[in-house]
Amino acid sequence: MANDQDQILNDVTSGDYKYGFVTDVETDIIPKGLSEDVVRLISAKKGEPEWMLEFRLKAYRHWLTMEMPHWAHLEVPEIDYQDIIYFAAPRIKNPNSSEEIDPELRETFEKLGIPLNEQKLLSGFAVDAVMDSSSVKTTFSETLSEHGIIFCSMSEAIRNHPDLIKKYLASVVPYTDNFFATLNSAVFSDGSFCYIPKGVRCPMELSTYFRINAANTGQFERTLIIAEADSYVSYLEGCTAPVRDENQLHAAVVEIVALDNAEVKYSTVQNWYPGDKNGKGGIYNFVTKRGICRGKNSKISWTQVETGSAITWKYPSCILLGDNSYGEFNSVAVTNNHQQADTGTKMIHIGKNTRSHIISKGISAGVSNNSYRGLVKVLKGAENARNFSQCDSLLLGDKCGAHTFPYIEVDNPTAIVEHEATTSKIGEDQIFYCNQRGLSTEDAVGLIINGYAKEVLNKLPMEFAVEAQKLLQISLEGSVG
Amino acid sequence: MLKIKDLHANIKGKEILKGINLEINAGEVHAIMGPNGSGKSTLAAVLAGREIFEVTHGEILFNGKNLLELSPENRSREGLFLGFQYPIEIPGVSMVNFMKAAVNEQRKYRGLEPIAPSDFLKLMREKKELVEIDSALTNRSVNEGFSGGEKKKNEIFQMAMLEPKLAILDETDSGLDIDALRIVANGVNKLKRPDNASIVITHYQRLLDYIVPDYVHILYNGKIVKSAGKELALELEEKGYDWIKNGE
Repeated sequence: MANDQDQILNDVTSGDYKYGFVTDVETDIIPKGLSEDVVRLISAKKGEPEWMLEFRLKAYRHWLTMEMPHWAHLEVPEIDYQDIIYFAAPRIKNPNSSEEIDPELRETFEKLGIPLNEQKLLSGFAVDAVMDSSSVKTTFSETLSEHGIIFCSMSEAIRNHPDLIKKYLASVVPYTDNFFATLNSAVFSDGSFCYIPKGVRCPMELSTYFRINAANTGQFERTLIIAEADSYVSYLEGCTAPVRDENQLHAAVVEIVALDNAEVKYSTVQNWYPGDKNGKGGIYNFVTKRGICRGKNSKISWTQVETGSAITWKYPSCILLGDNSYGEFNSVAVTNNHQQADTGTKMIHIGKNTRSHIISKGISAGVSNNSYRGLVKVLKGAENARNFSQCDSLLLGDKCGAHTFPYIEVDNPTAIVEHEATTSKIGEDQIFYCNQRGLSTEDAVGLIINGYAKEVLNKLPMEFAVEAQKLLQISLEGSVG
Repeated sequence: MLKIKDLHANIKGKEILKGINLEINAGEVHAIMGPNGSGKSTLAAVLAGREIFEVTHGEILFNGKNLLELSPENRSREGLFLGFQYPIEIPGVSMVNFMKAAVNEQRKYRGLEPIAPSDFLKLMREKKELVEIDSALTNRSVNEGFSGGEKKKNEIFQMAMLEPKLAILDETDSGLDIDALRIVANGVNKLKRPDNASIVITHYQRLLDYIVPDYVHILYNGKIVKSAGKELALELEEKGYDWIKNGE
């Protein structure tokens, strides 16, 4: 019986990756390898001011003194950082005109379900489309600017809004933060910048779509979101990459700053190429995401649906500095075949009456390993801090692993920290029950998984939630028998 | 409607069903009774297509089709319904979504378009009234946190929604108080039509005070050892199962 069930799980979770195509587009590529010269070259390619170059060089020199972290529950093969291309940009025919984009690129993003034509876009969504090292197009910039909102590529922000960049870049994730964040600080190529002025409620969902296209390249994007007092923004991020035999590195940094009464919702649907069934290829996703609730009553929430990548190392975190501020982390992480994920969050309570809420739903199939790693830290001055954490693991089959590593450090006696954890398996009896009502095994598994992940999926904006539901099902295709 | 010929089935090499013969026609209600371990639930599971049971011999025809060749989901779509003895919980999946998926799979199989949302809600409302199920239950996740009685009522509600040709109710009466029993039985009686049939599996005669069978079969040690009209149930109640066992 166990074998039948594993066979079902196996069949349902061996579906194919649907975004694995490559776009044939003329690309500006620099040679492999990393050195001060490469850092200078990237900065020059982007036409950056001197201060930005200095920042990169400082980071690069610091990076040389660092070693890759090995504390995560991951087996990461040796990465040869000299064997990576650090800059690859699709050649845009007329880089100054936002109207004209290469038809090949337009087609690529349309295939991914991201039309770059404003008329075709879902109403209420503005998109920054990033391929490899460059932002290809940002839609609705003009509409947004009527509200004083800045939504553009990071490169543009460095050119046009240097004061904001100087003030906030690396203010949440310093260039010395960790191996991958430091590497990113040295070589980041593009990303999105978003600024919501005081008192403005952003009228549409902002989103960035990251696409890796060129071979042997790393993608190092950098995103910065600033929400001034009394503002609100909801931000979405999606990612895909072609199917390739070799592994590719993605090391991004996302920083969020929320001032008094501001609220930022950050949602991710991460679907980088996970590698094939035998664990060949796939993206190494080593990402640093952190937000700071700097102002009173501010709120930051991270919602992530992680289905892709060969290896995921990612802990979207909140520093709750302002009194009464609130941090939230909602995660569904799926690993299948040979995928590995070590993901979770850090909630650092500094201000008084700060609250945090963590929901993590891990789903493991195949021979994958899925770990939740979380830290709840309450500092001395954080009177009446509250945290609730719930970490659930669902296993499909008997060859996969689910692990939970919760760390709790409390230095204030008034704090209340709660942690709940469960581990369960999809039962053959659940599947049979659905079969008996006319549902195929694949649909049954999809239904059960989506039911399990519902609390988190409900946090996503409507259109994304529907996509995420489908994605969960596809990611596990062939894993239930 | 259903013809079972010399059915043998094993679980893990152990023979449970040892040659079942049974014929059921449209419009009939059959009760299958028998002591614990006689194979009643196994027969229900084999009919529904549960894979842990291996059919080693015999034939089952369902409306002329070879039932054993159909997957469990296609048996359902063909109109075979199993009311579970222990209904399964599916956390996070609302009854509404579950039923909508089930109804639409059945429609698709029969070449029909998915049901319109307003028609679906209307259908839900009608069937809820029919089986006297509390509205709140259908807003919750499938069987999650339901009491024993609520789970059984929910099985009858699903049966009402799917309008099966053949309903097999596996010990639907077990664990029910008298009120719940009455509601469940009423549901079954209201759903009875000349073109459908049901098999009521029960250990006790009690349920048959409410659902009056056309035939009663006694299953013992993997075989039907006695078949007769509804009076057999009463006789059984009076004499107990030892009478059958001793007769062996």
